[in-house]
Amino acid sequence: MRSSVWLWVPLALFAFFAGLAAYMLTQEKDQFVESTMIGQPLPDFALKPAFADLPGAGRGDFVGGGPRLLNIWASWCLPCIAEAPQLEALQDAGAEIVGIAIRDRPEDVAAFLARHGNPYVRIGADDISEVQLAIGSSGVPETFVIDAEGVIRYQHIGDIRADDVPMLLDQLEKAR
Amino acid sequence: MMRVVIGALVALAVIGGLMLLGVGIPAAAQDTMPPAPYAYNQLDDPQLEAEATALMQTLRCLKCQSQSIADSDAPMAGDMRHQVRSRIAAGESPDAIRAWLVARYGDYVSYTPTVSATTWPLFAGPALLIAIVAAVLVRRLGKRRAGSGERP
Repeated sequence: MRSSVWLWVPLALFAFFAGLAAYMLTQEKDQFVESTMIGQPLPDFALKPAFADLPGAGRGDFVGGGPRLLNIWASWCLPCIAEAPQLEALQDAGAEIVGIAIRDRPEDVAAFLARHGNPYVRIGADDISEVQLAIGSSGVPETFVIDAEGVIRYQHIGDIRADDVPMLLDQLEKAR
Repeated sequence: MMRVVIGALVALAVIGGLMLLGVGIPAAAQDTMPPAPYAYNQLDDPQLEAEATALMQTLRCLKCQSQSIADSDAPMAGDMRHQVRSRIAAGESPDAIRAWLVARYGDYVSYTPTVSATTWPLFAGPALLIAIVAAVLVRRLGKRRAGSGERP
């Protein structure tokens, strides 16, 4: 009697793993790779201007004053067009936004800003994604909250939707 | 009959033309910048290049998550290869470069498995299974031997 109960154990184990696999197959895969640099100081960098009308960006531009937004974007990135109105809304609400343009050309940056608006105070040109890699960003667009000590406090992955605007303002307030 | 064939040929030509035009649309979401210096160029020193290649084959592309950065043609993978090769050339050890990336992206960026708070069951599981199987075998064989010993 006791041994016949034990016979069912392998089948039960198999059913458990098959059920687990079936359940996990129905779960949506999380495609986002989050930065593990939250709470870490912004690495040292100095990027040349991404186009003629605005200065470039470096670590020093994030130290002192208030918390700032660091927006990783590119003129060739389609979701960046979708988030342009939200960046303007953030700027109107008083947020200081520093841009980093990934693998971009000055003329393309100028054309993008002329067409979709310019919410930036400065834009650095990251031609080989070195700053992007140094802060643990895995795509465009991404937006980081940097406090006045130059510490990374929050990461938003993907384009900023309308309902993300109050959340980001809240994160800026928290970083104050 | 002839008409049907000509109609089919025209339709194919139209579809082909649309596809050629259509190719431009997704391509617009890629940058047009040249690749980073060491994205597609090997290091001059074959020893260092071998070290870099071995490392690149065990680092995950963040854009195309089922490929290593050695396998991927994504611009970001090229930029990661540039980081690997230029750091190797500057004298950094492969382990230090892996640690630099793991500090930014977590264990996820590395294909080389490490024992950590979340992964230890993967390593302990098989060892435990083998131990259980060994215990069962020893008991059964021991019993059988004892049983056969009783027989004349």
